[in-house]
Amino acid sequence: MSDILRGRQHRSGLVVPGYRPEAPGTHPPLDHPDYRSTRLRHPRQPLVPLPHRLTEVTGPLLGEGRVGETDHDLTVQHPGEPLGERIVVQGRVLDGDGHPIPGTLVEIWQANAGGRYRHDGDRHPAPLDPNFSGAGRCLTDGEGRFRFVTVKPGAYPWKNHPNAWRPAHIHFSLFGRAFTQRLITQMYFPADPLFPQDPILGSVPEAARERLVSRLDMDLTMPEWALGYRWDIVLRGREATPLDEDGEP
Amino acid sequence: MTLPQTPSQTIGPFFAVGLPWADGPEVVGAGAPGAIRIGGTVTDGAGDPVPDALVETWQADPAGRFAHPDDPRGPAAAGFRGFGRCPTDAQGRWAIRTLKPGPLPAPDGGVEAPHIDVSVFARGLLRRLVTRVYFPDEPDANAADPLLASIADPRARARLVAVADTDGLRFDICLQGARETPFLAI
Repeated sequence: MSDILRGRQHRSGLVVPGYRPEAPGTHPPLDHPDYRSTRLRHPRQPLVPLPHRLTEVTGPLLGEGRVGETDHDLTVQHPGEPLGERIVVQGRVLDGDGHPIPGTLVEIWQANAGGRYRHDGDRHPAPLDPNFSGAGRCLTDGEGRFRFVTVKPGAYPWKNHPNAWRPAHIHFSLFGRAFTQRLITQMYFPADPLFPQDPILGSVPEAARERLVSRLDMDLTMPEWALGYRWDIVLRGREATPLDEDGEP
Repeated sequence: MTLPQTPSQTIGPFFAVGLPWADGPEVVGAGAPGAIRIGGTVTDGAGDPVPDALVETWQADPAGRFAHPDDPRGPAAAGFRGFGRCPTDAQGRWAIRTLKPGPLPAPDGGVEAPHIDVSVFARGLLRRLVTRVYFPDEPDANAADPLLASIADPRARARLVAVADTDGLRFDICLQGARETPFLAI
């Protein structure tokens, strides 16, 4: 109870800067009939607005002790090397104001080069690779940078519609620094001819789709070793606080 | 400078390759004084269990503090993670072990009843769903809670309050249909 009383004493001074509303045209709708699995899984009632209070502007700051030395390099997690095209995936985690988010946990998972996940539910008859698990994690550095070494995942068929194939992609999980910024998404590779028939990428409003596509960056390649792809991730930005508006520190 | 935000995509059916942590559901260890179990079933619009969902939780400690620098009241007592992560099993069940959070002062001067913020990810969800767990032994605090008060339908409001069960608290998450969980726009 003492904490609540303290909160009340500070009531007039309890400033909880929220995060800006998400711009329309950013995220997919929950109901997207072309992606069949949304049919029974999207709520039909309107979402209830939740103003940002203490629980929403804070969030788990995880990572210390959760990231092992080789977790960012998916090609060295087994005695042998995985098959496939070696790649570096690098980028920055930023907020909507362009500020880097340092020290935040980035988790990835993906199919192997043959388009098969190491998961019991994956029935695609492509071979598993004994030298590839397909999971990685790292913490962003002081400039918000992450870097993974992996192999390019293969495309794979799924049952959404006749002869449906997912374009090659890597799943990303981001925390940012607040519950409000939590994001799970997928990174794609440039100019994949499978894009037009993929209802998952296609669920994103057209103008925003390119934000999910990495670009080949020769500066990130490791000559004679691996190609490099760059992809920056932008989480929500903060509302201006009254202090900011007054121009005070 | 304002940058365009990165869009959300579904977590897909194969997140178990990388996301579950051995201690994910253990916000606190089994021996922690006051530890409670909170869990339930995730079901879809046909009433079928959702066996490939990931439920995440975020909450204050029992004193109503967060281990986070953006809590303007100052830091929490060290050691409480506040975060839980549990994939559903083949029957759609999830559960975490945690401590009951304290109430929170609200910026508008009110008090928020003890609650846990919840994210739900699954195949077929193109973005996360957010909801909240409230506690059944807090009728007065719940009656004064600003979010609960904003929900006019008492049946919908009641779906955000966990139910006492034999081994803890039950909080079922229904993605669609007559018993749909109220989901929140943040």
